[in-house]
Amino acid sequence: MNWTAILYAVLALGAVAVVFGLILAFADKKFYVETDERVAKVRECLGGANCGACGYAGCDAFAQAVVEGKAKPSGCAPAGAKGVEKISAILGIADTAEAPKVAKVLCNGEIGISKEKFNYVGVKSCRAAASIAGGPKLCPYACVGLGDCEAACKFGAVSIVNALARVDESKCVACGACEKACPRSVIKLMPLESTVVVRCQNKETGRIAREMCMKACIGCKLCERQCEYDAIHVTNGFAVIDPDKCTRCGKCAAKCPAGCISMPVQAAE
Amino acid sequence: MTMNFWLFMIDCILCHNFIFSRFLGNCPFLGVSSKVETATGMGLAVVFVMTLASFFTYLGYYYILVPLKLTYLDTIMFILVIASLVQFVEMFMKKSLKSLYNSLGIYLPLITTNCAVLGVATLNITSGYGLLQSVLNGAFGAVGFLLAIVLMAGVRERLESSNIPKCFKGFPICLITAGLMSMAFMGFSGLVG
Repeated sequence: MNWTAILYAVLALGAVAVVFGLILAFADKKFYVETDERVAKVRECLGGANCGACGYAGCDAFAQAVVEGKAKPSGCAPAGAKGVEKISAILGIADTAEAPKVAKVLCNGEIGISKEKFNYVGVKSCRAAASIAGGPKLCPYACVGLGDCEAACKFGAVSIVNALARVDESKCVACGACEKACPRSVIKLMPLESTVVVRCQNKETGRIAREMCMKACIGCKLCERQCEYDAIHVTNGFAVIDPDKCTRCGKCAAKCPAGCISMPVQAAE
Repeated sequence: MTMNFWLFMIDCILCHNFIFSRFLGNCPFLGVSSKVETATGMGLAVVFVMTLASFFTYLGYYYILVPLKLTYLDTIMFILVIASLVQFVEMFMKKSLKSLYNSLGIYLPLITTNCAVLGVATLNITSGYGLLQSVLNGAFGAVGFLLAIVLMAGVRERLESSNIPKCFKGFPICLITAGLMSMAFMGFSGLVG
């Protein structure tokens, strides 16, 4: 065996490798770029689901933008008030979280309450079902109940029970994914503290609305007269509560003949 | 000389296209060609690295391996040179050419072990090219790669929205497309000498 040839090969390549290694080691020092440590710290405080609710490509991009001052820490809804506080502490800036929000389902039309128009057996998608003859429920403003929101939720907060979406408010981080997924805008982000909600968006009034759904808002304006704080008004055929004026006294809910004003229903456990 | 230069360029880009007639660099060609934008980034990064790699592997071969009579170590030597070079260039770009790094940076590590880059180094040696010709071969060969990957990305963007039989969806139709494009490029063979 030619040992010298092996030795030469090993030595030559080894020497070249060592030289390159040294060059790279030198270059590493010479071309060292300072990366901001705060980006990683901010990243840890975020929701971490890459939900995209902030409008950035993902949590990393958002963290970068926050550190660069292009975005506000409160832009991350899943981080919550605590997360925003932490980020503010890291960056040494003052920013308070917006009032915590939660997704609320503005429909009461579960099976048996909202009348069915036809038996839908197609693709299990609200968007598809809603485009066929106005959807399987008689009410064109009702929750279609096929779970586009459930599929969109990355936190397991939305579930469909009796063909109606329910939000588990303890799991909801207000990312708004369900709101975007809903073809009928039945789910909306609302302040967590506004617990009295008109859970109907039926624009029809009186008998026409009642024929569609037993719990439809018929636009009778009884609630309007009950309210002492000028917080509830019937516009476009259904009542809407102004969360800023509402004091959660619940008088409107007690008086509503359709029973569509309510404390939000918790998701079925 | 000038005439030869143009002929050499056409030969590298069209007649001996790295993808379509040498079948080198197919991995990024299929992997990064789903969007024209990313394909362009990848192609430009390849142009950059192949030109530099041609230069440095030439020096490594003729000034280290030949004097030591270790020319049989060329492949491993080229891998070493290219890998170190790409690392170095990446660091340099990150520091000094931030905008170029942002547009090419993510593709650079992918090219470290690209067979087109290694292929051009080996081809330069086996074809007996001089230093200038090696560098030109690397640069024009890479331009050919850029052309191929951008064309492919254009076709694939169209494929996205067209009605393809289910069994051909995704990579099958992509490979068929590549084959058809390769056949089209065969038409250029014999154009130069």
